[in-house]
Amino acid sequence: MEEHLVDWSRAQFALTAIYHFLFVPLTLGLGFIVAIMETIYVKTGNLEYKKMTKFWMGLFAINFAIGVATGIIMEFEFGTNWANYSWFVGDIFGAPLAVEGILAFFMESTFFAVMFFGWDKVEKGFHLLSTWLVAIGSNLSALWILVANGWMQYPVGMAFNPDTVRNEMVNFWDVLFSPVAVSKFLHTIGSGYVIASLFVIGISAWYLLKGREILFAKRSMIIGATFGFVTSLFLTLSGDESAHQVALKQPMKLAAMEGLYEGKTQAGIVAFGILNPNKTLDNDEHPYLVEFEIPLALSLLGYHNVDAFVPGIKDLVYGNESQGIESAQSKIDKGKIAVAALEAYKEAKKANDDAKALEAKSTLMKNMHYFGYGHLDKPSDIVPPVAITFYAFHMMVGLGGWFLLLFGVMLYLATKKEIENYRKWLYLSLYSIPLGYIAAEAGWIVAEVGRQPWAIQDLMPVGIAATKISTTNVQISFWLFAFLFTVLLIAEIKIMTKQIKIGPNGGH
Amino acid sequence: MLNISNIYNLYLDGFRNMQLGRTLWLIIVIKLAVILIFLNYFIHDRSFKSEYTTQDQRVDFVYNNLIGEK
Repeated sequence: MEEHLVDWSRAQFALTAIYHFLFVPLTLGLGFIVAIMETIYVKTGNLEYKKMTKFWMGLFAINFAIGVATGIIMEFEFGTNWANYSWFVGDIFGAPLAVEGILAFFMESTFFAVMFFGWDKVEKGFHLLSTWLVAIGSNLSALWILVANGWMQYPVGMAFNPDTVRNEMVNFWDVLFSPVAVSKFLHTIGSGYVIASLFVIGISAWYLLKGREILFAKRSMIIGATFGFVTSLFLTLSGDESAHQVALKQPMKLAAMEGLYEGKTQAGIVAFGILNPNKTLDNDEHPYLVEFEIPLALSLLGYHNVDAFVPGIKDLVYGNESQGIESAQSKIDKGKIAVAALEAYKEAKKANDDAKALEAKSTLMKNMHYFGYGHLDKPSDIVPPVAITFYAFHMMVGLGGWFLLLFGVMLYLATKKEIENYRKWLYLSLYSIPLGYIAAEAGWIVAEVGRQPWAIQDLMPVGIAATKISTTNVQISFWLFAFLFTVLLIAEIKIMTKQIKIGPNGGH
Repeated sequence: MLNISNIYNLYLDGFRNMQLGRTLWLIIVIKLAVILIFLNYFIHDRSFKSEYTTQDQRVDFVYNNLIGEK
């Protein structure tokens, strides 16, 4: 496959996914914040909370309306740019996406309408239930998407059918409860909760800086900061579990996240570092220009054991016999046996030679785990872009730490002090809104760039997943998508800022 | 509890009394038109399913790519 084409298809999918995920996280988190506000209103009867609920619900609606259906473009891309992949994954990918589509349609079209149109028309309790169901429904939608993504990172619960050259689901529960899918889901929704909290405290801070809607802003700040602080802790725990799963299932990604070339026991985490740009797989240059390491932390967090051996990039490429790590070359050899066995199987079936077909199938199944390696040229092909993965990971973690501190401080100031006098912190809250999105996108970059060259871990590299189509067509659609999404983003920002300037007493 | 007529009125009144919602619905309609008509029929008009209509054709296509593209 022409590399240029694969890169453009990859860039196009990355662009669509990154833009799509600018809209998703706010929906995931703001739904719950709104539901909490409405719960307080229903419990206390205090109309200020009703006003808060309606205002933040309006911003939720703007984000939802602009973001809805942007994910459909990715489904088109599967059919056009990633045909081999789409066929190869079979119903494993299709089933969760279908569940997501049906669930989203029914829950959202029903309860969304009650949530927005039902004020004073349905009972308070039923309205509140609808609000909670919209929040839960949007999170359940995310579950199915992340189950599909989790399967790509750690394919389980399926069997390869050489007659149809596609994978078939044999255990739905293995797919649904795969530890990678579960930790990915929890970490991703956690990031949505944190982004929504940053959004609420940032806008509340803006009102306080302007001296407007003081009571409304203070109460919103308390709810946003509380939700943000609690969910930041949850994000930290789910991130720890995510990293543990990466260590077990995708050790190359972990090595790239840390810029770790030589594996070691009692490995430390480089909390802050600058990579040496001259470092390559085959030279002995030091991997970092600057590094600040926390001793033992990588072994502890990755494997929950301070003495654990953490394999480096070189161990995974060249193998490490003493640690029982197989070399990439050995896996490539087995992969080529699997690919040849598939070919032999098909030829034997055509020739109606059942004995040969059976033998080829047996060889294929024995080596199927390495199938994707059969399409790689050299061992170093299994190394992802280290610098992008390393910096994206460190940016995500660093920002996550900042958010936890910010929520803690803002919660303290909002409950114990005259928060409007702490203008620096209010500005920091306001300016932290985009940082939440940067952290979330960085997280996706770690997840997706860090697992290159794989479209499906160990089974299908991106180069084979792509369809042979005209590069010019992909380039044209890339720029069209960029234009469309940019227009949508500008529309969202303009409508949001207009509505925020109108304030909580405006119309919906 | 809502009956059919109440549900109808809920939607009708809701759509009639929308303010910001009108702009949002306009954006949704334009976006869906662009995605489902323009992109679907002019940019992604030739998909795997439209090019290879039978299961055998699809199997052969993917099989050849898995075998040939080493």
